[in-house]
Amino acid sequence: MISLSSQFPILVALAPLMAAPFCALFRGNTLPWAMTTIISAFSFYVSLSLLFSVVASGPISYELGGWAPPWGIEYVVDPLSGFMLVLISGISTGVLLFARDSITKEVPAHQLGLFFAAYLLSLTGMLGICITGDAFNIFVFLEIMSLSSYALIAMGERTDRRALTAAFQYLIIGTVGATFYLTGVGLIYMMTGTLNIADIASRFPEIEGTRPILAGVGFIIVGICIKLALFPMHVWLPNSYTYAPNIITAFFAGTATKVSVYLLIRFIFTVFGPNYSFAGLGLTDVLMPLAILGFLSMSAVAIFQTNLKRLLAYSSVAQLGYMVLGIALASEAGLTASVVHIFNHAVVKTGLFLSVGCMFYVVGSTYLKDLQGVGRRMPLTTFGFALGGLGLIGVPLTPGFISKWYLVVAVLEKGSYFGYALVAALMVSSLLAVIYIWRVVEVAYFRPPPEGTETQEAPLSLLIPTWIFILGSFYFGIETSFNVGFAKTIASFLMGGA
Amino acid sequence: MFALETHVILALIIPLLGAVGIAIASAAPNIRETVTLVTSVLLCLNVFSILPGVMNGVEPVVVLVQLMPEIGLTLKVEPLGMTFAAVASSLWIINSIYSIGYMRGNNEPRQTGFYVCFAIAIAATMGVAFSANLLTLFVFYEVLTLSTYPLVTHKKNAEALKGGRIYLGILIGTSIGLFLPAIIWTWTLAGTVDFVKGGILDGHASAGVTGVLLFLFMYGIGKAALMPIHRWLPAAMVAPTPVSALLHAVAVVKAGVFAVLKVVIYIFGIDFLSQTGASEWLTWVAAYTLIAASVVALTKDNLKARLAYSTISQLAYVVLGASMATSMAVAGGALQIVMHAFGKITLFFCAGAIYTAVHKTEISDMRGLGRQMPLTFIAFLIGALSIIGLPPLGGSWSKFYLMLGAAEADEIYLMIVLLVSSLLNIAYLLPIVARGFFYPPLGQSDEPTPVGYEKSDFSWRNIQEAPLFCVLPPVLTAITCVILFFLADPIMRLIEPILTP
Amino acid sequence: MSFGFFNYWVFIILLMIGLYTVMSRNNFVKKMIGLSLFQISVFLFYISMGKISGGTAPIVISGSLDTAEPIYSNPLPHVLILTAIVVGIATTALGLSLVVRIKESFGTIEEDDILEMEDGA
Repeated sequence: MISLSSQFPILVALAPLMAAPFCALFRGNTLPWAMTTIISAFSFYVSLSLLFSVVASGPISYELGGWAPPWGIEYVVDPLSGFMLVLISGISTGVLLFARDSITKEVPAHQLGLFFAAYLLSLTGMLGICITGDAFNIFVFLEIMSLSSYALIAMGERTDRRALTAAFQYLIIGTVGATFYLTGVGLIYMMTGTLNIADIASRFPEIEGTRPILAGVGFIIVGICIKLALFPMHVWLPNSYTYAPNIITAFFAGTATKVSVYLLIRFIFTVFGPNYSFAGLGLTDVLMPLAILGFLSMSAVAIFQTNLKRLLAYSSVAQLGYMVLGIALASEAGLTASVVHIFNHAVVKTGLFLSVGCMFYVVGSTYLKDLQGVGRRMPLTTFGFALGGLGLIGVPLTPGFISKWYLVVAVLEKGSYFGYALVAALMVSSLLAVIYIWRVVEVAYFRPPPEGTETQEAPLSLLIPTWIFILGSFYFGIETSFNVGFAKTIASFLMGGA
Repeated sequence: MFALETHVILALIIPLLGAVGIAIASAAPNIRETVTLVTSVLLCLNVFSILPGVMNGVEPVVVLVQLMPEIGLTLKVEPLGMTFAAVASSLWIINSIYSIGYMRGNNEPRQTGFYVCFAIAIAATMGVAFSANLLTLFVFYEVLTLSTYPLVTHKKNAEALKGGRIYLGILIGTSIGLFLPAIIWTWTLAGTVDFVKGGILDGHASAGVTGVLLFLFMYGIGKAALMPIHRWLPAAMVAPTPVSALLHAVAVVKAGVFAVLKVVIYIFGIDFLSQTGASEWLTWVAAYTLIAASVVALTKDNLKARLAYSTISQLAYVVLGASMATSMAVAGGALQIVMHAFGKITLFFCAGAIYTAVHKTEISDMRGLGRQMPLTFIAFLIGALSIIGLPPLGGSWSKFYLMLGAAEADEIYLMIVLLVSSLLNIAYLLPIVARGFFYPPLGQSDEPTPVGYEKSDFSWRNIQEAPLFCVLPPVLTAITCVILFFLADPIMRLIEPILTP
Repeated sequence: MSFGFFNYWVFIILLMIGLYTVMSRNNFVKKMIGLSLFQISVFLFYISMGKISGGTAPIVISGSLDTAEPIYSNPLPHVLILTAIVVGIATTALGLSLVVRIKESFGTIEEDDILEMEDGA
């Protein structure tokens, strides 16, 4: 008798995968949603127990089908992947609580089964990427996630037909990115003869100087950066986030790009090793300028947006710049900052997009001109948005502050005048965040609401999940032992393994 | 009653609970105001119950929450913070009485939100006063900024919006852009951000780095309103007068200069600063602010704007005291926090009382008002004299110690600056009183009276004061200004330990 | 010598043609054609890499004791690419169905025209 918990590593991704076809068969508003939520909650539970057992007894290795690696596919749970699993399944579960009433406004009832099936597949992809220890398997999960997300984004067409073109644009760019990744994996397989990540890593030092490896690494990094929406490869992201259904935007904002950041960290630190990546390849010189340009320019662009969802989407691209900056610093402190920010930004941004979802539910639009006076129409929602906005700015007691603290410490650790200039750039970017958040606050509170509108809050089924994320973000901004504690563990684990 | 540590936590919790209570009692204004008053009295009693312990040299420490593995949100009561907390909490009682009179007298909307934000702002002020490290100070500093933003923009019109933008823009901009990097830099240099007697930077920072850090701190603490980042204070005057009175003459601005003092004393250390000479530029910036703000105040006809610039000038005294880095000057700066608080709040209370009674905001319109509102104008006179620094009023002590400090530092020029500034104070404050009493009201003229037949302009019939709740507070604070003159000794004994390393 | 890398040259050329088509064409269907070409070039790359000169299909020949152990081609890349082909088909199908919906909704599949309409909207 095999105990169920020994099968947890496969169950975490398999459960949503198996549930998806059933979900597609269900009809009605409630059944597909209930099933998705239960499955997602199950994955969350499994992820948590995996993470705790990793903490207690070190990384877990699971041989898929009983085939020993490197021939079989190996699933690995180490602190980083466990942490990501918890984050993704947790955010997914929280968003799903919100989904029931929100999505019925945007997607017709007869498509809900398919919608939630695609949602489950997307979740499968994300969880799979994080848990698998096989480079080609990552590609498969990446495409499962991407294909279902193209479909999900296109489902926003009822609200705005531009969702279709946004999804198409994302499909083109996303496929190019994934194919780059595939090419890179092929080149590395040619040289190492293995696809297992741990195996590649152990053979890597012998062949790291060769040209195919150089090309392969290039293909992989570029491919991931496209998926990650690193400036200037971000063009797909604002459109997709703007026109996707609200819960999809909230879900992806918290998870999809974070998975790509995970991949970047995984390849740079585990596969290539920090020595090769930074000393040998000089990745810092590539990533850092892009990251800096990214957060400066995208924060500035966000100020001029007229659609609230697009504004937040540009802010997401800017925040991704912080995470990549942390990676590019090539130090344990930088990596800590990056991982902390993955978590913190995911919680804050999801909360923000959920509150925007509440506004859409009542007002029926996310354009700033339609949201005038929304602070008086929907006081609780708008207050939640404002609090979330503070998190984005990085006001103390919010998680944004914790991320910023660690990032600046990591930058100052590098010393040098460039470091000081970098701190200044970070501060400028935060101030730009003040401006774009405050623009929304002023529209919401200082403009009179349109004639004839009354105070009408979003239903509790939307408000409660929103506030869970908002209050949760404050919790993680004050009691940081979970996010910071794990980020430190992960950073020392990844750097120590070098 | 409880352990000292419990009282320290209670200083934060009481106003926050009060805020909740106010929100709950939203529907019944009388109960709501009672909650405000009870909360303020409880807070004041609580703060003063810590006082004896601190006088005996006890410094209770409380860790609120471990914000990061390395640093926690920690409270520690030391003499300077004790002084500040005592001033703020006792003035909150008087200000609450005044708020009730003012808000009701002017039929202001959204009063519940007003009282709630006010209570939160007070809680943040307590946090600033009792902060044990830079991070805690910064956290409460930002909470203070954000909780006062709704108060500044209370009127919700275009003017309030504009004022609010300047207010938030400068305060958040400087604190995140300069103050926070300075804190993190200090952390990377010294490995700690705790407030330690004698400073923590000695031996960790070169003279050049110290200079840059000092710059970051002084301009990062935007609430100290050092020129040229003083613009937020006049902008904040769009707020209702009780807000201007307690927050923008006492709690917020004093939080700024208090932070300056704390940074100078506990982070840099007075000795370290005077050795490196890094603070010399600050002395001159403060001196410039002192004079320039006074000159600008002369040109302002709006009473609140004039008082705002006067505040900027008076805050510069504290920064000046800190920058001279001698123990006497620092003592003067600390005393100035107390003395100016009572003086300036009196003046703001009077301005609000005038507005409530006759709806006048411009000084040129206030001719002859003293005959109508004698109590208000007498209180104004006492407050003004205290700010100018004439005995037997509290304000004279802070000026006295600052002078001593300047002499100790051999800065003759600074003594001249202080003298000129006092003259300017007279020039912009006393005419208001003189117009009130000695000029006939607008549109009237006194009949010419031959010498020897003068009769008093005062008559009971003319008296038309603001509501009692608006008049009582300035009278009380004016009386306190006199009492403080005789209390200088205990206050000095309280803050003495921080001056002698 | 360089002729020995013939397959790889073709792979690179196809890859670039595909990428160029995706970027330069205005018509969504042509973009999809370019994208397919782009993906297929990678399939070619994987298949080429698995081939070993003189190698035979990796099927164990039993019973022939007189011959030496034959050289097998590496089957793994071929198997991998089966998966990738499936992914490619899914992508093409999804992409084309999106194009159909775009045509229904906008009445055109030319990117310029659609951008114009979107800006006007």
